[in-house]
Amino acid sequence: MPRLSATSRHAVSFVLNGRSTTADAEPRMLLTDFLRHVLGLTGTHVGCEHGVCGACTIHIDGQPARACLTLAVQVDGASVRTIEDLAPEPGRLSVLQAAFRRHHALQCGFCTPGMLMSLDAYLAANPEPDEAELRKYLSGHLCRCTGYVPIVAAALDAAKRLREDTANA
Amino acid sequence: MKPPPFDYVRAATLAEAHAVLATEGTDARIIAGGQTLVPMLSMRLARPRVLIDIMRLPELATIEESAGSIHVGAGVRQAELLAWPDLASRQPLLAAALPWVGHAQTRSRGTVCGSVAHADPSAEIPLVLVALGGSIVLSTRRRQRTVAAEQFFIGSLSTDRRDEELIAAVLFPCAPPEHGYAFREFGRRHGDFAVTACAALVTPERVRLAVGGVADRPVAREWGALAGSALDDALNEFAYDLDARDDLHATARFRRDLVRQLGREVIMEARRCLA
Repeated sequence: MPRLSATSRHAVSFVLNGRSTTADAEPRMLLTDFLRHVLGLTGTHVGCEHGVCGACTIHIDGQPARACLTLAVQVDGASVRTIEDLAPEPGRLSVLQAAFRRHHALQCGFCTPGMLMSLDAYLAANPEPDEAELRKYLSGHLCRCTGYVPIVAAALDAAKRLREDTANA
Repeated sequence: MKPPPFDYVRAATLAEAHAVLATEGTDARIIAGGQTLVPMLSMRLARPRVLIDIMRLPELATIEESAGSIHVGAGVRQAELLAWPDLASRQPLLAAALPWVGHAQTRSRGTVCGSVAHADPSAEIPLVLVALGGSIVLSTRRRQRTVAAEQFFIGSLSTDRRDEELIAAVLFPCAPPEHGYAFREFGRRHGDFAVTACAALVTPERVRLAVGGVADRPVAREWGALAGSALDDALNEFAYDLDARDDLHATARFRRDLVRQLGREVIMEARRCLA
């Protein structure tokens, strides 16, 4: 039985943004710190570090999840997607990101990576979101700048454009 | 806020998980989804010497219906149970309460049994388990026992689980015919722990109400049909018997009021769904 010792680092192999990745972590290392400090992906933000603020939200096996509530060793064998994978190519924004820009759905930008990752998963599963449901879903994220109104507007606009893209595809 | 050092065992068989628990006792903690345990580690409220990850055990990852109960294994995530196609027809109270557990972004990882193991007095899953008269399956490497939910939750964050035992599954009784159900809670924000939560279960002959967030554990009480003003009297008596306390989130008086209000609402709603 593999017992990973507290005092040494152990290889964690997983798929990160579509690429097989292996890096070392102590058992106690949080996935947030693993992504940011070991793998250099600093787009995932660290806010409250106990699962309340939502800034560190990423996808694990396709589902939105808190990186700060996950140990790096737990994602061995899993597929992880972070904010760095959201834009289709450098210099081009995704439909959701572009909607955030159009609607001024961010000011300081600290909560934005988590908001985007959560909404990306939500819109994929719910192409026709209802505003009340969307607001309930966003209760898992704190934004202290916008008052949420432009965020909800951006999400609804992105959903509409994504539906049009699908219809015209 | 970083967790203190601990060893990490990725159990490949249930026997391995049991063996580590038997050897390490209180120094070991089971980790499943980690949605409660990881922040407790980060805040240093838990300092285990070893964590045992049970999420690679296929025998714990199942939802099954047998002998009139829904059997939810320790590896089943809250989102998986919510997505189980038979949930609303087999157990509508559970289907009504699960969307109130944390946020979608934590239900994706958090497990049903993990919430039961943590035993927060405000948590929805323990409340539903008590409301339905469900039970908890505990196992060690030598034996297995099943404990009724009302005996399992013994206080705030404390349960009848022994050090060498792990929660293998929880059993939610399926909805029998001629039952009405309702669930409601009041919290500061959606996804926060409830200040008070109520679950009602009614038949033509009886009314059962379970309340979370008021006493140090979820508490259920059962009455006869409760016609007219008898309902208000019964709720008032129950509200006082729960021995509410003042805390940061609400006063004892406000909590008693929530028991009377929400209690009435869920009982009426459950009666409508029975009719």
